[in-house]
Amino acid sequence: MYILIVGAGKVGWNLARELVEKTNEVIVIESSRRRYEVVEEELEHSIQYGDGTELWVLERAGIERADLVIAVTGDDEDNILICQMAREKYGVDRVVARCNNPRNLQHFELLGVKPAISATDLILRLIEHEVPKYGLVHLLDLKEERLEIIEMEVAEGSAADGAKVADLGLPDGSLVISILRDGGGFVPKGDSVIRADDEVLLVLDIGLEDSVTERFSRRAPATSADFR
Amino acid sequence: MFVLVVGSGRVGSAIAKSMLAEGHDVSVLDENPEAIALLNRGQDLSWEDLGGSFTVGTALEIDALLAAGIDRADAFVASTDGDNTNLVIAQIAQRRFDVERVVVRVLDPGRARWYAEQGLQTVCPTQTAIELLEAAVRGQISFEGVSG
Repeated sequence: MYILIVGAGKVGWNLARELVEKTNEVIVIESSRRRYEVVEEELEHSIQYGDGTELWVLERAGIERADLVIAVTGDDEDNILICQMAREKYGVDRVVARCNNPRNLQHFELLGVKPAISATDLILRLIEHEVPKYGLVHLLDLKEERLEIIEMEVAEGSAADGAKVADLGLPDGSLVISILRDGGGFVPKGDSVIRADDEVLLVLDIGLEDSVTERFSRRAPATSADFR
Repeated sequence: MFVLVVGSGRVGSAIAKSMLAEGHDVSVLDENPEAIALLNRGQDLSWEDLGGSFTVGTALEIDALLAAGIDRADAFVASTDGDNTNLVIAQIAQRRFDVERVVVRVLDPGRARWYAEQGLQTVCPTQTAIELLEAAVRGQISFEGVSG
């Protein structure tokens, strides 16, 4: 596979290394002369010096025959443009963009640049997963399908505590797909009983989150005093 | 009409000033708080006393664009010093906020041409300079002082 990477920062350089090792043909474009010289010592002919948002630089690197373009510069506007031009001007099938500021994800989406990957966002997710402060973790968002998979901790005294799955009264468009308990997990049936401290995985239509989560959390709503 | 100018350098500030003088509502967004100096320069009253508004913020931040009034803009000028920033915010203005008249400054003729073909109204000062200079060298045009 021929892969073009724009930006030889830590991400770009390490990606190039890994992808070369997997026997891909890789070209990296770097716009800082200094950085280029450092990375060139290792990557040699696989790195080119130039502004990867300029058409002639992209063309010199052979963007027209690239199977994959990866834009991982430190500037979101550059990553957006590179991927937009790769796809729409040069007909590249697959692009991957790095989103430095998660607030800019909406711009990537608006201009059809996907997937856009935000390290900040990923780490935030991991923190949520490791520290489920609010009892709810987003495991997967399937945006186009308008579905999400969430993980909920079952609070003691919640409506779900001691209830059968069939009696939960979950709204249409939501389903318990597994129950995690004592280090294991199983796919429940209608008569499986949910207990406090279980973790349940649910798949649901986007927008149902509030009505679903209330069944698993304690009834008394949290007050602002809890956060002081 | 309500004009939003993003990027208040030489070009942006000059457009903002003439639009305000012509009686339009003008809002300027720039990431540098000092940029208002260019708007004040050569005026009897300060930019804000003349009725112009000025917002400090980053062009790509939706909150900054909203604070500067992008959702009610009739015309949008992208004139920051970054071609790529200009091309992204111009597309945001056009596609997300349906601004009727969007103009974008792009210094690189290559990107300017391609994005113009995609339906953006693009002004490329480099291309304009090339054409004028070539014409002057060939003797097809001649002028005194500064052209344009």
